[in-house]
Amino acid sequence: MVEITYANAIKDAISEEMRKDDNVFMMGEDIGVYRGAFGVTGGMVEEFGEDRIMDTPISETAFVGAAIGAAVSGMRPIVEIMFSDFMSVCWDMILNQAPKMHYMFGGKVNVPMVLRTASGGGTGAAAQHSQSLEAMLCHIPGLKVIVPSTPYDAKGLLKSAIRDNNPVMFLEQKLLYRTKGMIPEEEYTIPIGVADVKREGKDCTIVTYGRMVHTCLNAAKQLEEENIDVEVIDLRTLLPMDKEAVLKSVRKTKHLIIVHEAVKTGGLGGEIAASVAETDVFNYLDAPIKRLASEDVPVPFCPILEKGILPDEDKIVKAVKEVLA
Amino acid sequence: MKTDSKIDKALALDLLGKMMKARKFEEKVQYYFSLGMIHGTTHLGIGEEACAAGTCSALEPLDDMFATHRGHPAAVCKGIDINKMMAEIFARETGVCKGKGGSMHIADKSVGVLGANGILGPSLPLACGSALAHKKLKDGKVSLAFFGDGASNEGAFHEAMNLASVWGLPVLFVCTNNTYGMSTHISKVMKVTDIEKRAIPYGMKSVTVDGNDVMEVYNTVKEMRKYAYENNEPVLIVENTYRTSGHSKSDGNLYRTKDEINYWKERCPIKRFKERLLSEGIATQEEIDNVDKETTEIIDNAVKFALDSPYPKLEDIYDDVYAD
Repeated sequence: MVEITYANAIKDAISEEMRKDDNVFMMGEDIGVYRGAFGVTGGMVEEFGEDRIMDTPISETAFVGAAIGAAVSGMRPIVEIMFSDFMSVCWDMILNQAPKMHYMFGGKVNVPMVLRTASGGGTGAAAQHSQSLEAMLCHIPGLKVIVPSTPYDAKGLLKSAIRDNNPVMFLEQKLLYRTKGMIPEEEYTIPIGVADVKREGKDCTIVTYGRMVHTCLNAAKQLEEENIDVEVIDLRTLLPMDKEAVLKSVRKTKHLIIVHEAVKTGGLGGEIAASVAETDVFNYLDAPIKRLASEDVPVPFCPILEKGILPDEDKIVKAVKEVLA
Repeated sequence: MKTDSKIDKALALDLLGKMMKARKFEEKVQYYFSLGMIHGTTHLGIGEEACAAGTCSALEPLDDMFATHRGHPAAVCKGIDINKMMAEIFARETGVCKGKGGSMHIADKSVGVLGANGILGPSLPLACGSALAHKKLKDGKVSLAFFGDGASNEGAFHEAMNLASVWGLPVLFVCTNNTYGMSTHISKVMKVTDIEKRAIPYGMKSVTVDGNDVMEVYNTVKEMRKYAYENNEPVLIVENTYRTSGHSKSDGNLYRTKDEINYWKERCPIKRFKERLLSEGIATQEEIDNVDKETTEIIDNAVKFALDSPYPKLEDIYDDVYAD
């Protein structure tokens, strides 16, 4: 095993796939000599050249559309949107083009494309550079949606995404880029659509994903000191979602809390809660399901406010105690 | 651009056949639609057949083509299986998209039809990417995007024009300029209605043709395809034409006069081409009648094939949401 940052795990996944498959290439704004806004692609243009690490005009509709067009005509593009908020300026491509083609063209056109983008807040960038928009994407059949929480998951899932024959939205967590974790030296992949139990426990299930995984794990550590044993499930892939992993855990712990950084209303917490409530696992619950999510506001600038709208360890600890009371 | 005065007979009859096939296809669709036997909506391109036939015939067979919501003539002329296309419009399981796409999403990758599109504008960025793939793969193909005068006001048009020119992509942007965006005349939505000029700020080659003259369209696109391929450069081609059919089933033609429609019916590209073939002695009346008869049979058979085909099964709705 070797230690690596989340950003470098992403870079290594892309670089390995690019070395293996000439049809894999990258497009995005300032991903060449600038190294990408978050430094993910450092050194790649030097290794692969400008023909495969392509700096684009500030023109998301053109280059995301071009990624889709390249995918249908035989390439396996990876396209980077600098901030996930900017999906708004190429929404037609994400909503109406990439995810629809395979189905509406009778299964005869594949769109093997990965769209990587930096998601989430905590950087003081305020309302237009901090959103967590994954629920919008999960409302679009035909897309796959991944939100990795560790370098290990980021690398293994991204390699699977690049080899997948569908449009995959890969939402990277800005605040995790510099975090470190261990990965094997040998090659590995992680299947899309499989959740991971990040911490086993018997008293309460916390379902989460992305950077909130770490917040939940820290809360679980605090609770452990009080002899409360929390299970933390990292969904990793949000579409398709591994609902069976959630049901299995809730059957065991009889308590469910869902934690995400995205706003509460219309967030995936509702989907996860409903998935439990509409099955017989509902009968296993000893307390109502709780959702901890961002307040329903645009992300505010002031750091006190930005932090204050989000779930944190204290809020999670309190919520766990409430459901167990 | 002037039309070559000497017309090859086989080519001429092929172009005539394609235009007739497209026209008869759409007339049948219109007829069965009026009987309530076709579901949904359709956007017919009656009157615009020379654009589709001339353009698609000038491509190499496996070049990629991205069409618009008014995409029947282009798909027919690119060589799609007519039976399967008709079955698609009749929402049958044997349809080219298994009954899941319909009139606005006709596609068949095996003949380079990468889809009619229900949204205006995306055909251009998609064709950019497709052209980029061909340039990288060195597979000898170019890509083509059809769009209309209306879509040339979309951001996607301008973004794609810029990307194609700065990246040197072998792509043809073909504007079927029928002067109406649904009901709104081009003069109400553009200060400069000469769309060809929109290539100037992008440093792109551009040309305007009489889109009702199939030979002029064919010769121009042929030449521009060669240029785009050999130079890795995009080209904007504006094909001026007119849609004599309504925008869609809801069109009451309130925005134009009967006189205007009749004026253009007189300039019907099929009628014009037949007259030319006869007057220049390129084809005989009998030969033209044979094309007429053959294309009628093809379309009649397609309707029969469609009507004899089953509907898709509800239990198959989840097929093809994702590729394996």
